[in-house]
Amino acid sequence: MVIPFAYMLGASFKLNNEIYELSLLPREPTLDNYRRLFERSGFPRWFGNSLLVGTLVTASVLFFDSLVGYTLAKFRFRGRYVVFVAILSTLMIPTEMLVLPWYAMAKTFGWLDTYWGIAFPGLMTGFGTFLMKQFFEGVPDELLDAARLDGLNEFQVWWHVAMPLVTPALSALAIFTFLGNWTAFLWPLIAITDRNLYTLPVGLASFSGEFQTEWEMVMTGASVATIPTILVFLLLQRYIIRGITLSGLKA
Amino acid sequence: MTTKIGRTGFWLAAILATALSWTGAARAQVEIEYWQYTFAQRVTAIDTLIKQFEAANPGIKVKHTHVPYDDFRVKIAAAIPAGQGPDVVQLFYGWLQDYLKAGLLQPLPAKDFSAVEIEREYFPIVQQMKVDGKYYALPTAVRSLALFWNKTLFKEAGLDPERPPATLDELVDYAKKLTKRSPNGDLIQAGLTIDMGGQDHHWLREVLVRQFGGAPYSSNNKTVAYNTSAGVNATQWYIDLAAKQKVGQIGFLTDGVTAFRSGKAGMTIDGSFRLGALDGQKGLEYGVAELPSYNGVKANFASYWVNGITTKATGPKLDASVKFLKFITTPEAMELWMNTVGELPARRSVAEKDANKNHAKYGPFIRGLTYSYATDFVNETAQRKVFIDMVDKVALKNVPTKDAVAQAAAEEQKLLDGFYNK
Amino acid sequence: MLPPQRTARPGGAERRVTRQLSELTIGQKRAIWAWAFLALPVVFYIAIRFYPTAEALRASFTNWNIVGRMQFIGGDNYARLAQDPAFWNVIGNTFAYLGLGVPISMLLSFVVAYHLDRVRFGHGLLRALYFVPHLTTAVAMAWVWRWFYQPPPVGAFNVWLTGLGIAQMPFLRSTTQALPAVLAPAIWAGIGFQIVIFLAGLKAVPRTYYEAAAIDGAGAWRVLFEITLPSLRPTIVFLVVTSSIAYLRIFDYVYAMTNGQGGPLDSTKPLVLMIFETAFKHFEMGYAATQTVVLFAILLVISLVQLKLLRSR
Repeated sequence: MVIPFAYMLGASFKLNNEIYELSLLPREPTLDNYRRLFERSGFPRWFGNSLLVGTLVTASVLFFDSLVGYTLAKFRFRGRYVVFVAILSTLMIPTEMLVLPWYAMAKTFGWLDTYWGIAFPGLMTGFGTFLMKQFFEGVPDELLDAARLDGLNEFQVWWHVAMPLVTPALSALAIFTFLGNWTAFLWPLIAITDRNLYTLPVGLASFSGEFQTEWEMVMTGASVATIPTILVFLLLQRYIIRGITLSGLKA
Repeated sequence: MTTKIGRTGFWLAAILATALSWTGAARAQVEIEYWQYTFAQRVTAIDTLIKQFEAANPGIKVKHTHVPYDDFRVKIAAAIPAGQGPDVVQLFYGWLQDYLKAGLLQPLPAKDFSAVEIEREYFPIVQQMKVDGKYYALPTAVRSLALFWNKTLFKEAGLDPERPPATLDELVDYAKKLTKRSPNGDLIQAGLTIDMGGQDHHWLREVLVRQFGGAPYSSNNKTVAYNTSAGVNATQWYIDLAAKQKVGQIGFLTDGVTAFRSGKAGMTIDGSFRLGALDGQKGLEYGVAELPSYNGVKANFASYWVNGITTKATGPKLDASVKFLKFITTPEAMELWMNTVGELPARRSVAEKDANKNHAKYGPFIRGLTYSYATDFVNETAQRKVFIDMVDKVALKNVPTKDAVAQAAAEEQKLLDGFYNK
Repeated sequence: MLPPQRTARPGGAERRVTRQLSELTIGQKRAIWAWAFLALPVVFYIAIRFYPTAEALRASFTNWNIVGRMQFIGGDNYARLAQDPAFWNVIGNTFAYLGLGVPISMLLSFVVAYHLDRVRFGHGLLRALYFVPHLTTAVAMAWVWRWFYQPPPVGAFNVWLTGLGIAQMPFLRSTTQALPAVLAPAIWAGIGFQIVIFLAGLKAVPRTYYEAAAIDGAGAWRVLFEITLPSLRPTIVFLVVTSSIAYLRIFDYVYAMTNGQGGPLDSTKPLVLMIFETAFKHFEMGYAATQTVVLFAILLVISLVQLKLLRSR
């Protein structure tokens, strides 16, 4: 499972004369690539930018997608199915086509070359809404009704009663949203011209040229890029375990 | 009375002075944007040129933006229709038609860029930048192809490391000596790289086809002309390198550049842009030679990146853009470019200086420029793919070469027709 | 004698509103809350997704090429697409990615998640290891896999095959093997995602069900088919639909492993790559929009069909 990843990691420690050899470990390991990455490229900045935008978008998605998913799962009202299918259908539109209208929109509102400009298309997603809806369906209505009888309003019922019951799904959603944002390439590339605002994938792409690619730098950059995602994952997976305890209390 | 006139006069003078200083200030700060794709040495070269230009033109500031290569065109495609983007823009010469079709460029003002002067000064291939009598872009540098050979592997194979092959027959001969296979017959060292996705399609199109007695296109570039016995023979010769002579293999070590860089290929056909990367490759000792001749025919393929002025630049920005473009195409700029980027000067006078013409690494490329052709691409990506597919059909689907060439010619003709008959 | 006193009552208009509010059923009140929650999201989706899609739909009936006027050309783009053999080839490839990718990835990820769920030690680490491929950029991983697919003595897979006495495979250099070869790293990278979702779903199955089954003396297979899988129904529905959409939209790995060509001889080219080329290499935005509309239609139909099938049973 991990072998290809190990090769990538190994390659990041190789100089370019060894990069084409198939060995897992370099003969002359070097930190040169890492040094170049951190000192001479804009890597630290790109890293920070990706982190900022990723956090912003993930927070927004967790809030709004859960709210909408909950509404679609637990409320009966006219037009419910239509709204659900409409939101789901947004998953099917490839970004490639939306990019030009988004660009025009961002330009009109002055969002180009801003963090907001990178973030705005991803603040709510059909994917997250779908996921949360499925998980909220498993929440027993009796609990919600009990809370309502206790005098909580609908928002409080959602926030205090329903949300804690779906933490495994929230963790999963957080991980995937963060990850999706971390590796997003096409839109950040178009929305940003100022090199100081580049996100990580866009920055890493500058190692690829017209005719050649500095593979050792790509491998190094990619290796470092996976670190936060691994961390986020390791951090959040504990909440998935917590989910067991909570669901056990239901009976 | 006097006080009133005095006061009015004072205010008038003040307003006048402010107005004058404003226009003065406005005149002093025109900002134009230059965009190119990210290539370390070119970025450095442009930065240096910008510094020199701004020093000589205190009223103009040039904002330099560079974009990763893969998405350079995407960025431009998104920016210009939205009124953003560059005033002066870099583009590959082969994209000129696309850019014109998309209305991205304006013609260079004839009084600043006279056709007569351009045609006298620059290599003939630059004339392709002339459409309907107007020039739309100019290069600072050009590139051509050459034969690269690995001196270490030559020595190992018993060949003279300072004597590269001069004809196609010698090329095959040497390649055979440089090919190494495992006991199972698997290729472990290629004599010559075979990579249509690299520069080989240019080699086949402009060089081999001519050397076998044909021509790739008609004189007005609108008709495909390689569907002849000459074209078929050239293609067959190329395919036989892998199929019959067995001196290489498509996809060996993923691509030709990788194979040569890693020291697992004896020779490769590549462009001058490769020099920088190879120089940086630890442990690689290589030489550069003019492309091998055949039947006494020498030919080469040249390509170049040009700079043009976009439709976005008007008024003072247009003037500033014209000045900037002129600056980066002066002989001095070209010398600087050659020393920083390693690309060949687009002006003959600079390129053909003895020091440059006889340079160990640049020399073969420069000498090749005198007999090169630059294909008038309407869609370089698609036309390259036609050749890649042509060879793959023969190699993977056993289509007879004659048929594959005929199909390729038809496909390419469709591309040309689709463009010219719009 | 005076008429009986009337108790004070609110004035006319207020009385009407109060009566209206109190006459609202709980259902109607909830509906108002629902729409309140949905208000901002609906605006967002319209502005960010639907309006641009409408723009794209409009563009599909024009011959727009980024700059210059959009000329309405009716259904010409659609006709051109229908008559283009390259398009049908691409459709075939896209469905091949779907038909191979979804079942294989669902099966693999479920098996792994199922066993991972039961592991006591190093659970977290194991889970992280399975997830790692999903975290790394397609470009970097594609490069590594391309080396694996090389002929011997360089390519690990072929070295292994020939070691077992099997003939070496051309993989990326074959028009029949290339598609599965490109699909493999995409599956490899994607199952991490499916495993994590399955794990979340497995954890949400109430323990009491398992305890009851244990008391009944049910065997592992019965538990699996009668308790686990049915409880996972929402999870499975979600994964099938999202995975289908993902495989129908495959792009990164194909692009990275075939130098953006979709070859050899277009044997690996999916629809999204065709769209990308049409839009950003040929600058034919109108035609690209047409292709997107087709993609959208396919995705919509497949998803609706799946939702219906998987839920009605």
